[in-house]
Amino acid sequence: MLTYTVKRIGLAIMVLLIVMSAMYAMVFLVPGDPASLALGPRATPELKAELTARMGLDQPLTTQILNFFSNALRGDLGYDVWSKRPVLDQILEVLPNTLFLGILSLGWAIVLGIVLGCLAVVWRGTAIDTLLGVLSVSMIAVPPFVIALYSLLIFAVWLNWLPAIGAGKPGDWSSQLAAALLPAFAIGITWVGYLARLVRASMLEVMGANYIRTARAFGLSEPRIVLRCALRVAIIPTIAILAVGFGSILSSAVFVETVFSRPGVGSLITSAVAKRNYPLVMGTVLFMTTFYLFVVTAADLLMAWLDPRVRDVFRS
Amino acid sequence: MTELLEVTDLRLSYGKLHALRGANLQARAGEVIGIVGESGCGKSTLASALIGLPAEGAALSGSIKIAGQEMVAASAASRRALRGDRVAMIFQDPMTAFNPVLTLGDQLIDFQHRSHLSRKEKRAKARDMLASVGLPDPDLALKRYMHELSGGMRQRASIAAALLVSPDLLIADEPTTALDVTMEAQIIHLFRQLRAHHHGAIVIVTHHLGVVGELCDRVYVMYAGEVVEEGTVDEIYHSPRHPYTAALIACDPMHLEVTDQRLPTIPGRLPDLTNPPRGCAFASRCVKAAAICAEPPPRKRLSPTQAALCHRIAE
Amino acid sequence: MSSAADPLPRKTLPLPASLRRLMADRMGAAGAFIVLFLLAIAIIAPWIAPYDPLKINVKAKLLAPSWEHWAGTDHLGRDTLSRLILGTRNALWIALTATGLAGVIGMILGLIAGYGPRWIDGILVLLLDSLSSLPMIMFALAVITVLGPGTQTLMLVIVLVSIPGYARLIRAQVLTLKNADFIQAERVMGASLPRILLVHLLPNVVGPLVIVLSMDVPVVIMLEAGLSYLNLGVKPPEPSWGNMLYDGYTSLRQQPSLVIAAGIPLILATLGFTFLGEGLRDALDPKLQKRLP
Repeated sequence: MLTYTVKRIGLAIMVLLIVMSAMYAMVFLVPGDPASLALGPRATPELKAELTARMGLDQPLTTQILNFFSNALRGDLGYDVWSKRPVLDQILEVLPNTLFLGILSLGWAIVLGIVLGCLAVVWRGTAIDTLLGVLSVSMIAVPPFVIALYSLLIFAVWLNWLPAIGAGKPGDWSSQLAAALLPAFAIGITWVGYLARLVRASMLEVMGANYIRTARAFGLSEPRIVLRCALRVAIIPTIAILAVGFGSILSSAVFVETVFSRPGVGSLITSAVAKRNYPLVMGTVLFMTTFYLFVVTAADLLMAWLDPRVRDVFRS
Repeated sequence: MTELLEVTDLRLSYGKLHALRGANLQARAGEVIGIVGESGCGKSTLASALIGLPAEGAALSGSIKIAGQEMVAASAASRRALRGDRVAMIFQDPMTAFNPVLTLGDQLIDFQHRSHLSRKEKRAKARDMLASVGLPDPDLALKRYMHELSGGMRQRASIAAALLVSPDLLIADEPTTALDVTMEAQIIHLFRQLRAHHHGAIVIVTHHLGVVGELCDRVYVMYAGEVVEEGTVDEIYHSPRHPYTAALIACDPMHLEVTDQRLPTIPGRLPDLTNPPRGCAFASRCVKAAAICAEPPPRKRLSPTQAALCHRIAE
Repeated sequence: MSSAADPLPRKTLPLPASLRRLMADRMGAAGAFIVLFLLAIAIIAPWIAPYDPLKINVKAKLLAPSWEHWAGTDHLGRDTLSRLILGTRNALWIALTATGLAGVIGMILGLIAGYGPRWIDGILVLLLDSLSSLPMIMFALAVITVLGPGTQTLMLVIVLVSIPGYARLIRAQVLTLKNADFIQAERVMGASLPRILLVHLLPNVVGPLVIVLSMDVPVVIMLEAGLSYLNLGVKPPEPSWGNMLYDGYTSLRQQPSLVIAAGIPLILATLGFTFLGEGLRDALDPKLQKRLP
């Protein structure tokens, strides 16, 4: 387990270094002066000079690269010349909103997804199974931001039950929860479909395995077999996809947060891209990539702990 | 005469496929019986039916009595009550027969769920059983996952698992097939020791005649879902009467006298079990086949212990 | 390597048989019909659009659906139905060409990685893994920031984020096939490299790729609409379902018909392509076939 942990983390760090280099190289790939590119058409000579100094573009290339890496390692993601604030501060300010939204979305999706998946297993081969199958595929297929727009129209504009914009008042939990309900519904619905299918497939596979037959041959009761033997194996692919799904949640959040004008990492980076605010975009991308790699690595380690066979992957 | 296991006219079909077409067998306490036949003859299907776990969608009729208790017509709950208590099974492939994500120790404790011992006592019992089946360092083995054990260790562990519940009826489905020759010899040796100590009946299902010859008292030869011949090991090996048994014995490499002789094979294939013949199922491959073999073959009693299902042998 | 362990080459079924099987699957058939319907609309779009989709008529802005404007008009008085019809053309054009391009490039990279020298394989795998371990949307936004929004950037982004998956799929297949008996036999017989690649490897790996490509089309349609919604994709006034949804969002309280109308073809397209992709996988993948009773 220790060997696996070390190697898995090593791999994540390597990927991160490549990503950072690529991010840095990207600025130079485009013709033109990075400072004016970053500032776009609104650049004034003063802003340009400030950014050039801030980005260290007046220093030799090797120093620039070293600075970039050492700054990033220290958590300094750069400085946003438009709002005159460090990038990291802006991200950390809105990150809790996005995390709360993500957890809420996944939370209801996991519960409903597992329930629907188990129902499909219980009624496998019947019309209910087929119906749940079509329903799951449809939930996966429909774009979250369209669900967001439709639910916004129905529940916020027509019925006026829930707020249409924002993330609720700071410190007021009930208003924050109310503001997050519609976005979480829109983001989570894809995951209900995914998880229902996944749970159904892995449960069916596990229940046909030889060791389930062994457990039955020793007279263990069905609920005990499902809870102790099957669920633990069936849950492994679910965890794997949840971690990768963090990326897709992020993607949905970018769109859904914009629909609901909800402060968050998604709407932060969207408005930054629209303004071509280069330091803010790159800083956010780097931060979210690191975060994503961290989550995926943690999930891999969790899987290795749950499934001892995974630990031996690096041996081959 | 107390039969521990009594199977009468057991029939099993999956849809159109008739996998068992009237199997009969008995086993007494203290006896070791062997069920042999080529792959596809229905012996593994029979083993699954004996433990009350036929494949999903199988239709079962006839009778299986274990210690006098009828299993075929019994409710799922009462069948389950027998399993892991009076009946236990040693599986063909010990790699997949154990849960990959639980340690051997956890599973051996789970299997003793009918016992009222504490978890600690169950663990100690599992440890002792592993030691008695010859697993080196049983304490360490309890903490291992299946993929960390060798093939021989896994098979020993699966034998230990079955013995832990001290069953009256122990069914071993191809216990040596997944092993290499050295391991096989060791496992046969283990079964020999087991024979001496075990009070119940043991049913060994295998395609390997050598295993049967070494371990069993009596043998049932299966072909196309039927028991075509039964007898003591001596009778089956030295005076097989059914042409199929004779051919099977002749094909066993151990029986070749001249080493450069070509290995004989039985020509032809198993009959189509979705549409089994009315008469003798072996007739199409049989050297002694005659016109009468198109009729259902009679069961002929040849000695107090030997019987065969054939037209062409004199009683 | 032992030949016994080699998997059989994955041959896709002959087309008529698989087509029949696709039609037998109700979901797949429904998907195929929706996709054919949308393709037909995309092809004949300029001829069936009742109005000029770009024509501004401020007097007729934000109209509700009526006999003159079946789906109403937007904030500039442009006919929504006409814009949706042309939007279909844009959406399918972008999704199909970008996916196809990514498939071809991914296939070439996968063949090189799988059949080429080991050091190239090592470098390619590391690069592809790094690319695919980036969250897709973050990568897309970074590229758009550098290159500026627009249809070309959008297609480039789609191609770039799709390549790793296809290349890895092809590479994995080539690696298993590389040592298969029939490939080894060809090599012993002195077959040329192009012959091995094009005649023997390619037909065996292209089937699964087609299935994966078809299953990715709805994701790409979704991404195009989403980025266009954020004004980072298809540039207005060029109609796209995404930027129409945005126009509808800005006038949501005055005239909700625009959002409702613009969402329908998008949902129809993603559902149709998803159903078709699922159906194709079930019909064409013989491996899945075996598992059925």
